[in-house]
Amino acid sequence: MFTAIIAITLLALTFGLLLGFAAIYFKVEGDPIVEQIDKLLPQTQCGQCSFAGCRPYAEAIANGEVDINRCPPGGEATIEALANLLEVEVKPLDDECGVEAPKTLAVIDEDRCIGCTLCIQACPVDAILGAAKQMHTVFADECTGCELCVEPCPVDCIDMVETKLNPNTWRWPDPSHIDLQTGGQI
Amino acid sequence: MTQALGSFPGGLKLAGQKKRSTQTPIRKMPLSKTLVLPLQQHIGESAVAIVKVGDKVLKGQKIATANGHVSVCLHAPSSGIISAVGDHPIPHPSGLSAPCISIDTDGEDHWVERNMAEDFSDLTAHELRQRIREAGIVGLGGAGFPSFIKLNPGVHHHVETLILNGVECEPYITCDDMLMRERAQGIMDGIEVMQQALHVNNCVIAIEDNKPEAISSMELALASREKLKDTKVVVIPTRYPAGSEKQLIQTITGKQVPTRGLTLDIGIVLHNVGTAYAVGRAIKHGEPLISRIVTVTGKDVKHAGNFETLFGTPIHELLSFCDTKRKAGEPFIQGGPMMGYNLAGDKLPVTKTANCILVGVDDATQAAKPLPCIRCGDCATVCPVSLLPQQLYWHSRSKDLEKTSEYNLFDCIECGCCSYVCPSQIPLVQYFRFAKTETMNQEQERQKSDLARIRHDNRQERQERERIEKEEKQRQRKAALAASKAAKEKKEAEAAESQSESQEKQ
Repeated sequence: MFTAIIAITLLALTFGLLLGFAAIYFKVEGDPIVEQIDKLLPQTQCGQCSFAGCRPYAEAIANGEVDINRCPPGGEATIEALANLLEVEVKPLDDECGVEAPKTLAVIDEDRCIGCTLCIQACPVDAILGAAKQMHTVFADECTGCELCVEPCPVDCIDMVETKLNPNTWRWPDPSHIDLQTGGQI
Repeated sequence: MTQALGSFPGGLKLAGQKKRSTQTPIRKMPLSKTLVLPLQQHIGESAVAIVKVGDKVLKGQKIATANGHVSVCLHAPSSGIISAVGDHPIPHPSGLSAPCISIDTDGEDHWVERNMAEDFSDLTAHELRQRIREAGIVGLGGAGFPSFIKLNPGVHHHVETLILNGVECEPYITCDDMLMRERAQGIMDGIEVMQQALHVNNCVIAIEDNKPEAISSMELALASREKLKDTKVVVIPTRYPAGSEKQLIQTITGKQVPTRGLTLDIGIVLHNVGTAYAVGRAIKHGEPLISRIVTVTGKDVKHAGNFETLFGTPIHELLSFCDTKRKAGEPFIQGGPMMGYNLAGDKLPVTKTANCILVGVDDATQAAKPLPCIRCGDCATVCPVSLLPQQLYWHSRSKDLEKTSEYNLFDCIECGCCSYVCPSQIPLVQYFRFAKTETMNQEQERQKSDLARIRHDNRQERQERERIEKEEKQRQRKAALAASKAAKEKKEAEAAESQSESQEKQ
């Protein structure tokens, strides 16, 4: 009986120490689920989900405060990916937030721009270059197409144009899709 | 010295269909009235136009310059006047337009001054590469990778063997075959230049055994060359796709190029015979790459053959020159029946990578209606890269891109053997091409969203910093104000005190 007590105590101590060390050495920093959700969001930072950017929305999803269907730029693909990650049902996009539209790019009409810097302040990713009373321009590579710069412009000189497909960005069509169109089936 | 040949897995024995286009010697395609030159005719960054509408250009004059490292120049194929610089349909499976330079030819074919080097032995490897780059030479086998890069092994690699690819394994195509038959000496010039640029003597010219005329012509030309005593012609068995880069290296040396690796990693550089010919012309005769030999063949072509065609020549002119049964607007194939793609439209120009124009395939196997996969496994048997096309097919179809990458989708060379043998006639290669471009697109999107995230985070950090700085300044200003106020009060108090004191004294 005495030996049993000693043995169990020793075992408990060893495992306790092991767990204690593990807790310190293998500690996971931050909240990985927020990171994972944030990675799946398109980072448009448009605020259509009613949060101030993609990360706050990711945090809200992680806390279970909002649904996963509030991201129009990500659209169906993002909802599906989020549903997979969080193991919940796929839902159609919430119309309240907007509709899924083709990718666009902000273009400033340089003849009409008065150099007010309002769009620069609105851009969430610093993709607009310019100074007071100087013409502004958009970095096409950095623009996420969030449309946040359109509203503040006092002379309405910013247009959202659809990004043009070129041979380098073109993708081969889905063969199964083509077969469906022609009535065939695989 | 005879060396035992290696082999690659899978592959197919296909009917060559080559006789149709080898009955006549190489002919020159007549000069077209308008030449349209896409700025991107190679892998890498597209060239930048250096001419404007109305400029007069001479044959061989540079009209667009290389942009960045993986890029080459572009030259006017004939003399004339620039009539347009802008978007024009290009021979691409998408059917899209891209920036092009159009030239209205004047028919005089006036050459620009050429920088010839009959004896190039005093040129350094670097100078040779620069000249090859300036001449706009890219791989003429079909992929169009800038050749000067493949002639630059760098300091970390040692080149043991240069392999010249004269295999031309795909049915119907005969442009390399005819070039080797008729212009073997020109190819030898190019090999000498390439050997000097790479500092390598050991060279193998690989030719399939279904081209006896080309083999004897090349052997004859080789015998007359003092410099090329370590070069030999190696005849390999005819089997598709023996002419694909990695499969050919495996056949010749028995070595495998590692996944995502370069041929240089195993000490081998491989060039097409057509590229060698172009290199020879560029160095010895100062001629930039402005034309190539194009095979025009197929069951609907009356006068099939090989044509030396200036770049920019409209493909429909080439087709009407050969008298085809094709009606305007009907699709045709650029490349071979296995790896080529359908093109439609009549205004498409001949480009650097256009090795063959095919109108009407004899045994067209593409069925309109694919049947379900019966898991026979034939596709895996014929795959020359030992992939599992069936698994790749399932995952591509369900758009599980991660899984396709796990099954090494990017090792697929799109040779088309799997689609060819599939009893259910599933367009497997189409699925793989689809999955490949989807994966690349996804990767680009991911990079873009990562960039946006970083920029957004940086902006927030900056705004936060600015806010703190502003608050700090405000606080300091308040403190300064308070201090000065206090000092003033103190002074006033002191003044008042001293006043009252003096009053008291009075």
